[in-house]
Amino acid sequence: MVELTANSPLDLWLPISLGHCDISEIIPQGITSISPFKANKNNNYTELNAVLPHKYPNANRATGKDGNRLIWMSHDTAFLIGPAPEKITAKHAAIVDQSDGWVIVRVAGDDSEKVLARLTPIDVRAHHFKRGYTARSMINHLNVSITRVGANAFDLMVMRSFARTLVEDLTEAMKTVAAR
Amino acid sequence: MRINCPLCGERDLREFYFKGTKLACPDSEEWGADWDDYLHNRDNPAGVSQELWQHVAGCGVWLIVMRDTVSHVIGRVAVAKDEVRDAG
Repeated sequence: MVELTANSPLDLWLPISLGHCDISEIIPQGITSISPFKANKNNNYTELNAVLPHKYPNANRATGKDGNRLIWMSHDTAFLIGPAPEKITAKHAAIVDQSDGWVIVRVAGDDSEKVLARLTPIDVRAHHFKRGYTARSMINHLNVSITRVGANAFDLMVMRSFARTLVEDLTEAMKTVAAR
Repeated sequence: MRINCPLCGERDLREFYFKGTKLACPDSEEWGADWDDYLHNRDNPAGVSQELWQHVAGCGVWLIVMRDTVSHVIGRVAVAKDEVRDAG
């Protein structure tokens, strides 16, 4: 009997280091979308927050830290990056397992802002896009979620089918930044 | 041209998809002049137009955008879902 080994989406392609920028794959314990029901929204998410590891994030913000982070994704939707939330029930929110649908790439290093500036229309400089800020935008033509997770570190999240295109776009930008 | 998404903030045109003029759907279930207008007839205003745009590369919500077709100046922008809810 052949033993099959599960690979992560970018197992064969990352990490890559070029100049002062490194990209690597973040493999979370799980990804779960959380869409609070109206009653929770009306009472400021009090009941929902009681069963989440961190506060439900406001628009364009992320809460928590590596291994357990909540990222705002859309109108009334956030992603929990970490172990599946077991205490959430049908009275709190609609939850959907997204673990196999998305891939997370960390862009880190002194030139990470310069690399992203070549790819996305939003301003990711630190005074404008602080730690804990998140945005839905684009990397070239890919729809992406960008979150600042550190002084020189960003987590980019795209649908899994875009994984290698994201790596190619990032690598091209890293080459051009490193060549300057 | 930049549109000020109520959720994401001011964003570049490339993040948005344009649907068209915002029109009220006729109430009647019978075919009539109002349905003919709704399906086929459009004004072509030189000036302020109320339009539906979707922030496809951002939060994904549908927006009601006031846009001047002559100057491309963007006026009021609202989340369509909230407007419809408020209208009852």
